[in-house]
Amino acid sequence: MILLSITENIHNWLFSIMPEGVASIVEMVLIAVVYLTIFAVAGLFLVLLERRVAAWFQLRIGPNRVGFQGLLQTMADAIKLLTKELTGTERADKFLYNLAPYFVIISALMALAVIPFTKEFHAFDINIGIFFLIAISSIGVIGILLGGWSSNNKFALIGAMRSGVQTISYELSVGLSLLTMVVITGTLQLSEIIEFQKNGWLIVQGHIPAIIAFMVFMISGTAETNRAPFDMVEAESELGAGFHTEYSGMKFAYFFLAEFINMFIIAAIATTMFFGGWLSPFGITESIPWLGVFWFLAKTMGLVFLMMWFRWTFPRLRVDQLLTLEWKYLLPINLVNMVVMALIVWLNLTIRF
Amino acid sequence: METEVVHTNFKSEEYFINMGPQHPATHGVLRLLLTIDGEIIKKVEPDLGYIHRSIEKMCERDSYQQIVHLTDRMDYLSANINNEAVCLAVENALQLEIPERVKVIRTIIGELTRISSHCLWWGVMGMDVGALTTYFYGFRDREMINDIMEETCGARLTMNYNVPGGLMLDIHPNFVKRVKDFIVHFKTKLPEYDRLLTGNVIFQKRTVGVGILSKEDAISFGASGPVGRASGYSCDVRKHHPYSAIDKVTFNEVLKTEGDTYARYLVRIQEMWESLSIVEQLIDNIPEGEHRVTTNAVIKLPKGEYFQKVETARGELGVYIISTGTKSPYRLKFRSPGFSNLSLLNHIAVGGKIGDLVATMATLDLVIPDIDR
Repeated sequence: MILLSITENIHNWLFSIMPEGVASIVEMVLIAVVYLTIFAVAGLFLVLLERRVAAWFQLRIGPNRVGFQGLLQTMADAIKLLTKELTGTERADKFLYNLAPYFVIISALMALAVIPFTKEFHAFDINIGIFFLIAISSIGVIGILLGGWSSNNKFALIGAMRSGVQTISYELSVGLSLLTMVVITGTLQLSEIIEFQKNGWLIVQGHIPAIIAFMVFMISGTAETNRAPFDMVEAESELGAGFHTEYSGMKFAYFFLAEFINMFIIAAIATTMFFGGWLSPFGITESIPWLGVFWFLAKTMGLVFLMMWFRWTFPRLRVDQLLTLEWKYLLPINLVNMVVMALIVWLNLTIRF
Repeated sequence: METEVVHTNFKSEEYFINMGPQHPATHGVLRLLLTIDGEIIKKVEPDLGYIHRSIEKMCERDSYQQIVHLTDRMDYLSANINNEAVCLAVENALQLEIPERVKVIRTIIGELTRISSHCLWWGVMGMDVGALTTYFYGFRDREMINDIMEETCGARLTMNYNVPGGLMLDIHPNFVKRVKDFIVHFKTKLPEYDRLLTGNVIFQKRTVGVGILSKEDAISFGASGPVGRASGYSCDVRKHHPYSAIDKVTFNEVLKTEGDTYARYLVRIQEMWESLSIVEQLIDNIPEGEHRVTTNAVIKLPKGEYFQKVETARGELGVYIISTGTKSPYRLKFRSPGFSNLSLLNHIAVGGKIGDLVATMATLDLVIPDIDR
């Protein structure tokens, strides 16, 4: 509520001092700057979280020297990367080589625009929210392909080709598992999907097919963000660093940050679609709407932790096994699952409170 | 020529790729020239010599006591066993009577070295197939052995504990207690290895049926150690030519017949259990006595040729000495297990994917200084 009144005041003030068109552009820029700042910091925090979680799994302590419990470690790393020299290969396709990191980071940041933190803290509530997310998140692979191809390195090229094959395959599963849930809600708008879950989170409403859809989504979502056990793209024991072998300094940091923001996005979509977004469990804090941010982030972080958990536990699949998993198992399961979900909705077998 | 080009227009093209000398999967400075068709390996050519230090040539200059120190730097993960090989060769040539105490301690230290080497291999094996966490679990247990070694002889990696005629120092008073502690600790931790990696579905998919080596090929390529035994080739030197106190204990030679990467993995895991049982059998009955028999300050082997082989963590290490009766050998040749195991690589990796090559290489357990010497 407080947040809403602040933004409303700024909005009114902007529109009172300048013409309408200019004011709305200024407003958009302001929102974008706020979002960028928040997520650059959030991305850095996620990197730290991953390092601490990994250390916890691996019987280590992890970074705990810079700032309280190492909170400033990734800030220091980012500053180091900013000041580093940008090196590159001599025969690289310079234009594409320099363009590639921006594709990746921009597609990651664009997807954040539609993430519903609370009813008020939701920058861009369009009626095709899910569709927008799926569409935007597939742009990132262009950046990876360009980066791998243009840097004139065979390992990078293999990594990029693997990434292409992987992302294109797993996008189907991401889309279909989300569509399975759209069958219940009947809307693509994220805020409406969350409102719909006031009668019970979708994973409860849709029971068995919803749980299957959730598992498929987490598997294919992990694959789409190129994280272990699907990190074919940068399989360090096979390809060195994969597609970003030849990148250094801040360009490398963009790839790195994008991976973590993508992970956050996948977790946030899962929160929205399966775990009721900003809604509190059993409506315990419904009277305090701004706590929605807390619930949303808590659920998202829970799922992020899950993704980190299997990243640091599982070995990596081989590239052909990866494709077998998608085309022979996940895709048929998904298609059948969607039909089952449609039947359940049609027969009114969903669980509602 | 022109028409051929037209025909090959739609063919996929093979290309060269350099894996190494600086590559995470080669565990050192090994360079592999890969010919690849997409992801499929057509040819693997190992290119050696990046850290060749001409240890064998240096041996012709050094006295026998000095040679022992050079062997640490070959297969640094089984340094103690390498030392033992040279010491045994020299002692046999001099026909020295070695006290029982020395033999038992040598065997215990040797088996502990084997466990620590396999711990490191297990961690790296996991890392090569993408499970980074295993590395730290392997190192946790290896660290305990390193601590024992440090207390015993002052060094953690290149121990130089064996000298011709016995041991450099007697064991530390804490040694028996700490080794017993380690046995208790490791017996609870070794099942953890299985839970974390062996039973994992992805791991089994990555390793079962990958890089198959038949028994005939294992013999003809001179494979030894766990690589040979995973193919059903009984080649444990400890069983066939017992040395030190190995003939006092009972242990099984782990044999598998599948010959794939998974079999090689299981053989090593099982070998850790066997080594543990050997240590357990010996640790309570270390005989009292001297830790070293006195030899001449300058050891001169009688004129002749001497050969001694031992089972290191990687396989059969042979030491071949030609002596002309002077203080240093006329010629000294090491038969290192890693070299012949590496020669298999092209044979078993062709036809697999890049990922398979990495997994296969991990189970060959290559230590490059051992190959390059």
